[in-house]
Amino acid sequence: MRTAEAIAAIPMHHGLVLAAILFALGMIGILARRNLVFILMSIEIMLNAAGLAFVVAGARWEQADGQVMLIFILAVAAAEVSVGLALLLLLYRRFQTLDADAVSKMRG
Amino acid sequence: MLSLLWLIPTLPLAGFLVLALGGKYLGHRSIAVIGTSSTALSALIAILIGMDFIAAPPPGFVFRQEAWSWIAVAGFSPGIGFYLDALSLVMVLVVTLISFLIHLYSTEFMSGDEDYARFFAYMNLFVGSMCILILADNLLFLYLGWEGVGLCSYLLIGFWYRDPANGRAARKAFIVTRIGDTAMAIGLFLLFTHLGTLDIQPLMQCAGQQWPEGEGLAILTAALLLAGAVGKSAQLPLQTWLPDAMAGPTPVSALMHAATMVTAGVYLIARTHVLFTLAPVVQHAVAVIGALTLLLAGFSALVQTDIKRVLAYSTISQIGYMFLALGVGAWSAAIFHLVTHAFFKALLFLSAGVVIMSLHEEHNIFRMGALRKKLPIVFWTFLIGSASLAALPLVTAGFYSKDLILWRAWSSAGGNPWLWAAGWGGAILTGLYIFRVVFLVFFGEARTAMPPGTARPGLRITLPLIVLAAFSLVGGWIETPPFLGNLTLFSSFVQHALPPAQAVHGEKNDETILELLAIAASLGGIALAYLLFLRYPAFLQGMMLIPAFARIREFWQSGWGFDRFYEFLFVRPYLWLAHADRRDVIDNIYKMALSCMLRWLQKVDPHDVINTIYNGLAGLCLFLHRALSATQSGQVRRYAAAIATGSIGILFIGIFA
Repeated sequence: MRTAEAIAAIPMHHGLVLAAILFALGMIGILARRNLVFILMSIEIMLNAAGLAFVVAGARWEQADGQVMLIFILAVAAAEVSVGLALLLLLYRRFQTLDADAVSKMRG
Repeated sequence: MLSLLWLIPTLPLAGFLVLALGGKYLGHRSIAVIGTSSTALSALIAILIGMDFIAAPPPGFVFRQEAWSWIAVAGFSPGIGFYLDALSLVMVLVVTLISFLIHLYSTEFMSGDEDYARFFAYMNLFVGSMCILILADNLLFLYLGWEGVGLCSYLLIGFWYRDPANGRAARKAFIVTRIGDTAMAIGLFLLFTHLGTLDIQPLMQCAGQQWPEGEGLAILTAALLLAGAVGKSAQLPLQTWLPDAMAGPTPVSALMHAATMVTAGVYLIARTHVLFTLAPVVQHAVAVIGALTLLLAGFSALVQTDIKRVLAYSTISQIGYMFLALGVGAWSAAIFHLVTHAFFKALLFLSAGVVIMSLHEEHNIFRMGALRKKLPIVFWTFLIGSASLAALPLVTAGFYSKDLILWRAWSSAGGNPWLWAAGWGGAILTGLYIFRVVFLVFFGEARTAMPPGTARPGLRITLPLIVLAAFSLVGGWIETPPFLGNLTLFSSFVQHALPPAQAVHGEKNDETILELLAIAASLGGIALAYLLFLRYPAFLQGMMLIPAFARIREFWQSGWGFDRFYEFLFVRPYLWLAHADRRDVIDNIYKMALSCMLRWLQKVDPHDVINTIYNGLAGLCLFLHRALSATQSGQVRRYAAAIATGSIGILFIGIFA
């Protein structure tokens, strides 16, 4: 009971601002980092930021849907990481580097 | 008890899943147990539900069960729902009971087959789909079962897929019934767009309120549904697939003909009977189709040499009787005949299966003979089935149901003497063709020595035969004509779901006279068969020497040339078109036209004005291409940045514009 009240006491925009900050951090990470491992980590941060926004919205309207969506996002993120890491391994084997800019053979 | 209704289709489907996924790891014994027990349990539940339903009828003689909602979009919300009333109860009882007996029979009959698990998986899916079709409370769910049944018939007709001929027969069945299915789907679309629902009961009420009798839309939708029923039930003009469907194993034929496939069309028309009463033209067409089909198929059955093909044509003919009854508004008579037909046709096919197996895959009745002594049980069961099919008076189930149809064809509002005469002629033919088989196969001289060491059929084969034989004899005593006690247990029960048929033509005395005529027809057919095929076979052999008779015989044997006709009308032209277009004829025509135009342009435009314009256009394209390809840098981070700016831009537009 106490935790529920405590959660209700936090204004919604606090949570949303936190989510936005996390999202922006993740995006900056993707744009600024060249190492693919860090890019992957930044993507995770962005996914979690979106999940946080869902949870905050779910708490605001007292509905379980937000948490359900978070679970979906976690499942997708897990799948994405496994595929991403496999791709990284293959890339490294082929180019001996993890620099995202170096791997630009597909340019037009 | 009624709340267990959902288990009836679910159990066979569960059996299918287990056998399809785990069949490889199961032994013969467990496959047989799983495959048979799933249908046995659903038959048991159906019987318990039926007893409950009769002992304590639910309000309005209707029980509905909504399992869950299937789709819900914009006012369209068909559910996974089951609807039990007198009609679907009768159907589901017959289907599950007969399916169980056929499964039991198959456990022994198919025991030598390497694809044992695949066989039972398909059979279970077949039964499950049929139960869905019967119990569905909306037409979309019914259509799911309808297509499931079609799929299983394809899979099982082509069960021995190593022989290309079987694959061909399977494809033929699938494609021909598909024509009807497509028409039916269009009918469903029309019903939904005009009445706004596909739930059967509200739909029927809505149609009855909104459409007056003879309304164009009612006629159109009823005709489209009829096309679906005609395809599935193998009636004119889509009957050609059923004789070829004999390529499958014999238990499959029994299942298809008795319980799970060809009766679906009859059930569909009975289920949507309100629509058909709103469209008297179409309803009359149903009767005419039935009458024509029963005669045509009867003549074809008369000259077949393959024992299974005789039975196949006989099914087409008997379903014709059901259509005749539906067409004259005798709904309960049609369903009654469906029930008795299910018993004796399953019996006939299963008995024929034993005959074929004992003679090592011999199908030709002219190479059989004198099997009466060698296969005594099968002789008696086949004889009982034949007698019931030929409507032997008083003692068989087929007599009561067929007589009821003949009487209704005469006396109902939609009936007339012509329809009755067709049915009456069909009755003579029925006795003639089926007892031709009986006399040729079980009497006379042995024309093929039964291979020594042939095992006698075991209990799992004989037990279903005996049970079905018992039903074929006593199954008719629930509905008797006035001069034989006037029992109306069946029709008064089914009347809770289907309107009763009223006699408008004919007096009470007429009924007795017509009964006597029908009895004469059935006995006459049998006597004629005795004379022609057992007593004086030389007479017919002499007749066949006359070329005209031989030609007629060939014509009937090929099913009135429908196959050749369709081959000529549809298959050949299609193949020809495909063949002709193999070299891209249409493409070449365009090419030629284009080059002609270019040459003409060259002539009218010597200074290349047009060329310059086009060159300019090409240059512009090239420039744009270069500009665009520069954006594809191959660098992931730039793409990410582009996506980010793009999303932010769209957000801005969305928020501030």
